[in-house]
Amino acid sequence: MKKKAVSVLLAALMVMGTLAGCGATEGDAPAPAETEASADNGGGTDVAEEGLSGTLKVAAFNGGYGADIWKQVTDKFMEHNPNVTIELTVEKNLEEVISPLMKAGDYPDYVYLATGRELALPETLLKDNAIMDITDVLSMQVPGEDVTVGDKIIPGFTDTLVTNPYGDGKTYLAPMFYTPCGLWYDANLLETKGWTVPETWDEMWELGDKAKAEGISLFTYPVAGYFDSFVFGMLTEIGGADFYNRAMKYEDGIWETPEATQIFEIIGKLADYTEPTTVGNANKDNFKKNQQLVLDDKAIFMPNGNWIIGEMAEAPRTEGFKWGFAPLPAVEEGGNRCAFTFFEQAWIPEQAENPELAKAFMAYTYSDEAAEIFASNGAIQPIQGVSQYITDEDSKTIYSIYDTGAIASMGGFAATEAVEGVSMKETLFFTIDSIMTGDKSVEEWQAAVEEVSDQLRAALK
Amino acid sequence: MEKSKSRRRNRNLFLFFCVAPATILLFLFMVMPTFNVFRMSLYKWGGFSADKTFVGLNNFKILLKDAKFLRSMQNSILIIVVVTIVTMALAIIFAAILSRQKLKGQGFFRVIFYIPNILSIVVISAIFSAIYDQRDGLLNSIVYLFRPVGENGEGLIAWLGDQKLVIWAIIIALIWQAIGYYMVMYMASMASVPESIYESAALEGAGGITQFFTMTLPLIWSNIRTTLTFFIISTINLSFMLVKTMTEGKPDGASDVFLNYMYNQAYTNSSYGYGMAIGVVVFIFSFALSGIVNAVTKRETLEF
Repeated sequence: MKKKAVSVLLAALMVMGTLAGCGATEGDAPAPAETEASADNGGGTDVAEEGLSGTLKVAAFNGGYGADIWKQVTDKFMEHNPNVTIELTVEKNLEEVISPLMKAGDYPDYVYLATGRELALPETLLKDNAIMDITDVLSMQVPGEDVTVGDKIIPGFTDTLVTNPYGDGKTYLAPMFYTPCGLWYDANLLETKGWTVPETWDEMWELGDKAKAEGISLFTYPVAGYFDSFVFGMLTEIGGADFYNRAMKYEDGIWETPEATQIFEIIGKLADYTEPTTVGNANKDNFKKNQQLVLDDKAIFMPNGNWIIGEMAEAPRTEGFKWGFAPLPAVEEGGNRCAFTFFEQAWIPEQAENPELAKAFMAYTYSDEAAEIFASNGAIQPIQGVSQYITDEDSKTIYSIYDTGAIASMGGFAATEAVEGVSMKETLFFTIDSIMTGDKSVEEWQAAVEEVSDQLRAALK
Repeated sequence: MEKSKSRRRNRNLFLFFCVAPATILLFLFMVMPTFNVFRMSLYKWGGFSADKTFVGLNNFKILLKDAKFLRSMQNSILIIVVVTIVTMALAIIFAAILSRQKLKGQGFFRVIFYIPNILSIVVISAIFSAIYDQRDGLLNSIVYLFRPVGENGEGLIAWLGDQKLVIWAIIIALIWQAIGYYMVMYMASMASVPESIYESAALEGAGGITQFFTMTLPLIWSNIRTTLTFFIISTINLSFMLVKTMTEGKPDGASDVFLNYMYNQAYTNSSYGYGMAIGVVVFIFSFALSGIVNAVTKRETLEF
């Protein structure tokens, strides 16, 4: 009996021992980090006089533009600041690499990772107020140039709900690489058939009927999520920038206005003109089959961004295929045509150890030197004079779209507290699959969107 | 007297040190996280920041009214029930044929049936994406022989695009990959039934089918019971993995399963606490289901 009790006690002690070990490491970890941070902060304030020094942790998403640009830019930054060491992490699954570290208290100082991804890391951090206010970076001088960051960024990019998610005029996310989103098509197909790019939706339907007679569908989309730029663009086109922003701030009844109804109805009508296999392939495993439809001249238009050129570079295509890009058609003759501007962002976590250095690096990423390196791999920043670094012919046409009359639209939904089980992205965009198959009516969809808008308005930050 | 006492103490110490590592690991990596899931389900928390708000059972209240969760629950239950019944029936039949009948190329069939089980779920999802392709997929090519497709795509069968079909498309893929594994398990227990019993049964005039129902099935019953629990656990996990890689719940959530919904809520929708509440429901559901199935299938064990 006694022995049993002793062994139970021993087992309990061992368990407690291990737990105590855990507790101790957890408790101790922040302490050195804190001291380090304050030391760095001290160093940071002296920056102006004696140059930058310290260790900067940069975490960058390895997307379509590759890892090399980040290596080059960080190397250059270290060249200019010999006392700075940059620890660079470039990963395709960046969230999965940095999230566990962040939960353990090891935060990167500068992160390039856009919103709108599946794991929604920046969105989650914004909801938790865990991203640093970087408004002061905008008034910082771009290193080596006599212009401030804010003046160098193209006007409009730092006034959006993406960069200023709480709508309070403070900037939290820095705009990094941008691409106009619109409708992509095979320019050669339209040329050989003698069709012109429709300027209004009426012309669009006409072209759809003509094409249908020849066994070609008017429209396809990779996955329903790609309707974000489409819907945002249409909101701006029909109601103007102000209307768009009201919708993004979940204004009451906005989705029931005649303007919004028009958009729901256009997408509803588009269902009749969509390539019949589209919905069945609009998923993670098969979306490239939908993009292939355009390359094969089986469908004419699809909403997309300039990454499509690289994504489908190896894919087979019809002879003479040439990418064409157009803004969304106008709702009436002579009306606005919009191309939504999608841009990625960079940010500094609230708990970064070395925020001053991170801000200096952020300012540097807007220098001509950095912009040229980024642009060499197709990553175009929204800054003055970036066009001189765009060399690729296809890209030149795309980025000149705003010079030829298209209006721009930027930003996304305002940040809210998390609302359990409610997602605007799912209700507004993913439901489109059901509209295409006829499982839901346009009215049901519209009502559901307004309801979600109501729920999220109550949770606005 | 003293000696035996100290020997017993030594023995107990030895046992203690043998069991302790496993116990500690189990506690650290199973009990603690499970406890944490239960605890986190009572909070509203995004997953990163320090401010967690205690909301009591509020997450569960929302859950009851969440139509999307209920649909994913329905889908999961449908998948578990159909996959279990069909896979079990087919696996037992194949196992009986391969172990009792003298077939040519038995070893070959055994290998063929087992192959899907060693494939990664990502490969399986790619294979089935090709099989389900609407125009030139293996499945539709056969169907279209009998039911041609119209000029503008009338009559196309979108296995992954039709909201009523997509869940069955996932079920078929899951059955395909599971049969081999369970077949091998049933074959192993069938092989342990002595041949002499079958011989005497044959002498008594029992045919193959009678033998199967009156002897083979009852004799491997305890094995079948064990596999039922496996079915529940593995179907819950594999359906999540397959949905994640193949459809991600598309179109419009029609192929969502509860673990996928939990993932979406915990990460994409930044509602970590809510996701954990779904985790608690899934945990209790799978435990309860296994318990019920175990109790219902309880029979007296037959010995040979």
